[in-house]
Amino acid sequence: MKDWQPKILAILCNWCSYAGADLAGVSRIQYPPNVRVIRIPCSGRVDPLFIMKTLQSGYDGLLVSG
Amino acid sequence: MSLKSRSAMVVGAGIAGIQAALDLADMGVKVHLIEESATIGGRMPQLDKTFPTNDCSMCILAPKMSESVRHPNITIHIKSKVESVEGLPGDFKVKIIEEAKYVDPEKCVSCGICEDKCPVKVDDEFDMNLRKRGAISRYFLQSIPAEYTIDKEKCLYLTKGVCKICEKVCPAGAIRYEDVDKTIELSVGAVILSTGIDTFNPIHFGNLGYKRFSNVVTSLEFERMLSASGPMGGHVVKFNDHKEPKTLAFIQCVGSRDESIDHNYCSSACCMFAIKEAIIATEHIKGLKSSIFYMDIRAFGKDFDKYYENAKNKYGVQFIKSKVSDISENEDGSLTLKYVYENGDIQYKEFDMVVLAVGLQPRKGMPELAEKLDIKLNEYGFCRSDAYTPLTTSREGIYVCGAMNAPKDIPESVVSASGAVAEATKYLRLERQKLTDPKDAPKEIPVAGVRPRIGTFVCHCGINIAGVVDVKAVAENAKDLPNVEHSEDLMYACSPDGLDIIKKRIKEQNLNRVVVAACTPRTHEPLFRETINEAGLNPYLFEMANIRDQCSWAHQNEPELATEKSKDLMAMAVGKAKELKALDRLPIDINPKALIVGAGLAGMVAADTLATAGHEVYLVERENKLGGNMRNIFFNFGKDPQKHLADYIERVENNKHIHLYKNTEVKKIDGYVGNFETLIVEKESKKETTFDHGVTIIATGADEHETQEYKYGETSTIVTQVEFERMLKNKKFPKKPKTVVMIQCVGSREEGKMYCSRICCTKAVKNASVLKDMMPNTNVYIVYRDMRTYGFREKYYTELRDKGTMFVHYSPEKKPEVTLVDEMNPDSGVNVTVFDPIMDKEVQITADMLVLSVAVDPKKDNIDTARMLKIPLNADGVFLEAHAKLRPVDFATDGVFLCGLAHGPKDMDESLMQAKAAASRALTFLNKKQILAEGTITEVNDTRCTGCGYCEITCAYNAIAVDPEKEIAIVNDALCKGCGACVASCRCGALDLRGFTNEQLYSTFDSLALTEELEIF
Repeated sequence: MKDWQPKILAILCNWCSYAGADLAGVSRIQYPPNVRVIRIPCSGRVDPLFIMKTLQSGYDGLLVSG
Repeated sequence: MSLKSRSAMVVGAGIAGIQAALDLADMGVKVHLIEESATIGGRMPQLDKTFPTNDCSMCILAPKMSESVRHPNITIHIKSKVESVEGLPGDFKVKIIEEAKYVDPEKCVSCGICEDKCPVKVDDEFDMNLRKRGAISRYFLQSIPAEYTIDKEKCLYLTKGVCKICEKVCPAGAIRYEDVDKTIELSVGAVILSTGIDTFNPIHFGNLGYKRFSNVVTSLEFERMLSASGPMGGHVVKFNDHKEPKTLAFIQCVGSRDESIDHNYCSSACCMFAIKEAIIATEHIKGLKSSIFYMDIRAFGKDFDKYYENAKNKYGVQFIKSKVSDISENEDGSLTLKYVYENGDIQYKEFDMVVLAVGLQPRKGMPELAEKLDIKLNEYGFCRSDAYTPLTTSREGIYVCGAMNAPKDIPESVVSASGAVAEATKYLRLERQKLTDPKDAPKEIPVAGVRPRIGTFVCHCGINIAGVVDVKAVAENAKDLPNVEHSEDLMYACSPDGLDIIKKRIKEQNLNRVVVAACTPRTHEPLFRETINEAGLNPYLFEMANIRDQCSWAHQNEPELATEKSKDLMAMAVGKAKELKALDRLPIDINPKALIVGAGLAGMVAADTLATAGHEVYLVERENKLGGNMRNIFFNFGKDPQKHLADYIERVENNKHIHLYKNTEVKKIDGYVGNFETLIVEKESKKETTFDHGVTIIATGADEHETQEYKYGETSTIVTQVEFERMLKNKKFPKKPKTVVMIQCVGSREEGKMYCSRICCTKAVKNASVLKDMMPNTNVYIVYRDMRTYGFREKYYTELRDKGTMFVHYSPEKKPEVTLVDEMNPDSGVNVTVFDPIMDKEVQITADMLVLSVAVDPKKDNIDTARMLKIPLNADGVFLEAHAKLRPVDFATDGVFLCGLAHGPKDMDESLMQAKAAASRALTFLNKKQILAEGTITEVNDTRCTGCGYCEITCAYNAIAVDPEKEIAIVNDALCKGCGACVASCRCGALDLRGFTNEQLYSTFDSLALTEELEIF
């Protein structure tokens, strides 16, 4: 388990958090490469079921930001 | 008949210029947006947050910036200056000089390698010189256009002929030292100026220690320090020891309200600016104590007083009404402030850091610009405009907006920008635009029921991606993903060559879905969508994987893991792509007529503006007379409001395009943008009329507050300002006013009504001035909380002081008390007792008349109008606009606009500007025959919908509603913004969001096949 790294899914609002993730890149802010991002039009789109679905899909963690 | 053109020029691309350009462009006008610096955006990008909502400034501005750069009707000229404007309005010949940029914008990919390697380090003015940048640089990280430019004054090669490092390191070969300045000639019908303002340089005031003491900064410098993308990364520290400050002092009016430097005006924004910074700083630094040293807190805008109260009560910001006379520095870098209270009491207090709330002043170079454009400046050096024509310069056809002609905050700048556009339309040829004929659109390859054939393209972006990510491995890996028929890597996917290859592969391989792994969809998705559309695919059959901004740039030291992540992101994009469906954007017809509710000043100005632009207007007024509250205004500092009112009434009554309904109420408004149907009823005859229209403007005004305080109603000698103004006009008073007391904030700024009525301070000053001019020996006392004579109104305040008027400050805890001199005799005179902080004791003033500055109250029946149109009210019962800063006259519901007192208390010139702005915003719809609905909108599965109505409650745009007969939810395509909130709210799974369907998202979640690695089950 020593080398185990969690895979985290981030569901980000296009207008704020997704733009923030882009800005982090433009600013060359370095962060761990464990996160996979999905862009959505608004965090209001996130159905509680998504949380179950993503965990069922095998992700170790989920970040919803909007 | 005046000359007209299809083009216009906007000079200055701050928020005002951007708004003006967008409004013009949306009306179908070709716009040249001229900007002196290397980016559009102006001052707003420098701000961390905006008051009173604490929105991130850049986050709200960025969409407008991107929209401007993408708009087909807008041409942006950066690093450009206007040289001359010749000719007549409607047919101006303009000459502009576009400076050499020394970088080819077609080739530059904004990677920033050049700046990293540039040996020259110069002060970065965007970060208020708190950081260095290269001689080749991007103005700031989100600047638009994104391409780098070279500062020719600083570049070693351009100044000394040595270096050329940037040319060597540029992976895109974009450097071109041979670039030269260009002169461009344009023909435009009208010009809008929006060149903005500068902040005052406090170096003039040696006693404040700016640039002498390390921990004295200006408010704009402090704003950059607070910003997460600023030079301190949002962690504010002192300059001497890099420790967090524990105490912070703000000094107000530095360079404002100061006759000694000819700045006898208020900068209008700095009080709120300082309060905001104090709040944000307190949020950043735990336990920070902030103190604001001020003369008057001028929190006069919508919802500003609540923000001010919140600063005091929730954030513990201390407000000290006193004058700071000196600052000295202590050994540990802390600062001692010497300040004087109103009563002459001198105090000293120590602070870790001092922020100077610097005022606004005309931009450097204004006199030269004025000369080139042949426009006049006012006494302070701002562009000159008049109270009744606040958007026009001294030269016909040239208009002004933003802070260029008077200090303004962001929403006022936006309002003035839209307003200036309405003025400019006089010299612009507006035709109702048609959508592109579907016959001319490229024929789309049908994909429904066809097995997905996905093509994937991985972009190197020079070395931006390929320098970290193994691009070839990502492309190779994609070949094995389900439904992928073709995969390859491209040097620059967005270059003309790259786009051609994508189009070619679509045809060769019969691809019906395309995925590009590259920079970010936020900038490049529109381009790629257009490209696949050119090759015959529906634009929505495109998906992008973000492997630059969110991968190679964020994981520069972990190439293997970044490659793994890129492969995953590609797999996820492919997972979504195989479920993508072709989407249509349905056209919605726009009826070119307008309804305006309320025929006060705002309603009449809006009607006149729309009618002049050729649109039919239904103007509905519930009273028998036109003019609303303006009918009660007789003085305006030497100008005659009644004359202007009469002019407007005449124009409205005689315009054949305006259908005027007096004594009439609006009973019902149905429909949506472009397609409203309204029922009105004449109050006496009960005659009903129905008509169709495309937009609705709410200009229903406000009421004078009915007070029961201060013995109002008990005697004819206690009156409101409105009543007093009428007495001044008729020169008839119930009692000869030898001594008059005015009490401010009656019904404003108190529990339950925590807002400033904005106009009453100026109104008191105005009426007092008229009285003093009429009877110079009259004693006038104005009993106030904060004198809020903002902007150029400050002059009238100081003039009145010079005329010998007494100003007595009171606090809400110690309100003045009013008694009659003889309780048995109502006309015996009035005793006003108030605690005077200057005398430091209670004083009693015996007056012949007491004038109450009562609040501006929202109309009581606003709620009915709000329900009819499904638009919101704020906590005070005032209509709530779509966005306090950037959409001040729009509602969230498309096609409905707001102006005048219905939006909140404001002066005549402000109502006028706002009415023009609302008309201008309305014109952006009315000038189109059709608009296109979004493709990504909600769809309803009728068989599953139970008609529960949760979606209807959830939707912020009134875009979905349950049909009472069918008992199922119906989406209004015209109004749906595609946020998907309703979909998440739907309990029966009847709703889905096109382009982001459950199926598509689940397919994305599942695309990595992570479950195989799990051995739990």
